Amino acid sequence: MYRYDEFDHDFVRARVAEFSDQVERRLSGEITEDQFRPLRLMNGVYLQLHAYMLRIAVPYGTLNGKQLRMLGHIARKYDKGYGHFTTRQNIQFNWPALSDIPAILADLASVEMHAIQTSGNCIRNVTADHFAGAAADEVADPRPYAEILRQWSSVHPEFSFLPRKFKIAVTGAERDRAAIQTHDIGLHLKKNAAGELGFAVYVGGGQGRTPMVAKKIRDFLPEADLLSYCTAILRVYNLYGRRDNKYKARIKILVHETGVEEISRQVEAEWQELKDAELKLPEADIRAIDAYFAPPQLVDRPEGDAAVKLARLDSKSFSDWLDQNVVTHRHPDYAAVTISLKGIGEVPGDATDSQMEAVADIAEKYAFDELRVSHEQNLILPHVARADLKAVYDALVDIGLATANSNLISDIISCPGLDYCALATARSIPIAQEISLRFASLERQREIGELKLKISGCINACGHHHVGHIGILGVEKKGSELYQVTLGGSADENTSVGEIIGRGFSSEEITDAIEQIVDTYLGLRLSPSERFIDAYRRVGPAPFKEALYAGETKAA
Amino acid sequence: MKILTANRLTDGIAVWYADGGWAETVDHADLAHDKAAEDRLEAIGAKAYADNEVVDVNLIDAEVVNGVVEPVRLREKIRAAGPTIHPDLGKQASRQAERAA
Repeated sequence: MYRYDEFDHDFVRARVAEFSDQVERRLSGEITEDQFRPLRLMNGVYLQLHAYMLRIAVPYGTLNGKQLRMLGHIARKYDKGYGHFTTRQNIQFNWPALSDIPAILADLASVEMHAIQTSGNCIRNVTADHFAGAAADEVADPRPYAEILRQWSSVHPEFSFLPRKFKIAVTGAERDRAAIQTHDIGLHLKKNAAGELGFAVYVGGGQGRTPMVAKKIRDFLPEADLLSYCTAILRVYNLYGRRDNKYKARIKILVHETGVEEISRQVEAEWQELKDAELKLPEADIRAIDAYFAPPQLVDRPEGDAAVKLARLDSKSFSDWLDQNVVTHRHPDYAAVTISLKGIGEVPGDATDSQMEAVADIAEKYAFDELRVSHEQNLILPHVARADLKAVYDALVDIGLATANSNLISDIISCPGLDYCALATARSIPIAQEISLRFASLERQREIGELKLKISGCINACGHHHVGHIGILGVEKKGSELYQVTLGGSADENTSVGEIIGRGFSSEEITDAIEQIVDTYLGLRLSPSERFIDAYRRVGPAPFKEALYAGETKAA
Repeated sequence: MKILTANRLTDGIAVWYADGGWAETVDHADLAHDKAAEDRLEAIGAKAYADNEVVDVNLIDAEVVNGVVEPVRLREKIRAAGPTIHPDLGKQASRQAERAA
């Protein structure tokens, strides 16, 4: 993985010193809240309902054992013993005192981490496929490009005060696990007919109150042109993006209002000015960054097959976990493991201090010291020898993180909602917990098959409800929580925005409604291999509406 | 009826104005029954903000239930109690401990 050079170390240390000074001046009353707010936001410090919140960047979701152990340490020493992994592959702590934040940032800097650009109208943490470098279907590892984008975008003077926040995602496989079409810029790393690397470029995706699927504006951008082309997009956005209305300030609105053809033309015109200048990436520089992401030396471990077969016979729960949470690796003797942070009835994405430390130990012992945070709020061990899978499973059982529910209905994305968030209008976590408990039986979940359920506690859609196969949006209506259901959303290579199915449900009704939707699907699917999303796309909303609301129409 | 709430500058903890100071629980917050009392609370909040004691100062709706002050809106009820998913955290935690004692 990427290691800081002297420049990076100096940069982060300088920022810690600068922000520590700002905190000190704030606490002494030398600067006002109005002066301090933009400064704290630039350093990932929010004010939530109960306390401050600190959001820490995990660049493209990659971290090592030492870093995760430090996050566990921070949870224990400065917080309340747990942290929350987010859909931007970051982690946030819910209870830090402002006066402790300088010490936290110093601790983070000691393991090459920081909280810079995790808030504000700048380019946020660049996300990537959580199986990057391990996936069997990958053309190339997308993370070197994410790292190049990170270096380019960190305190970029021209792009630190954009009309609104800006999010970039990169995938290196046809199968999109990074939800690139829901991003301001989505990059699909691929090879052209000549075998050269480049990107399909998508622009103008996003969720929030106006969900939009990104539009492809270029089918193949040579890798050397990555920064010049992204700069061209950002320039067009910075110049024409709306600053008069916060709700219309994202690039998705600009793309929508201007039209894809015209935006493409503007970007292209800007790019012509830039493409052969200093932003062109020298081949040697790309390969130098590539080298940081060189895969670990995966020695052949052919004994894995027999070991796994034997362990399967011995333990059904291991066998279930293997089927659900372990995916094929490009090396046949290895596998990539999803550590579910979605235990039945637990808070999606939360991990305790001791769980973080134990997972760090597992990564160091069995997974070449590599970990990922997925945008689906789970942890990933990207490289585990199949021969070690049983040992990893046993270690995860010991810390309560062996739930075999990856991609099933209880693998829910949920924002913090009104339990923590100052912007939320309804709670989302308790709804996630209740649905998880209702579908607690893994046998039943597996029978239902792949089903992406995503919950947001307000229209800002941090819980990605628009692109859930089933999406739930919590709003406040007449002083109570009300939950709207959308169906048919998807965040993969066939991205779609879900459709609102009808009137919302109270907190008491919503789990029953979800169960009714699931039962309706089970009744109409052509075979167990027809996933919920495929069935929905085939039949449309009518049968689901009928199941949910027919009684009401007749009564009326 | 209104009460005055904010978050403490140093640690961000939710506080309510009560009896001449900022209390960590809402139970005995000063109630404003009329416009004049609201203005008084608002002035106190503005001064505490200017003095860098608290941030995010707000006057919120409240009522008295069983002799203690309770916010009206769910958002404020959750602020006053703690996350509903963690009865062991936030203000509700100490109340739990009191009940157990």
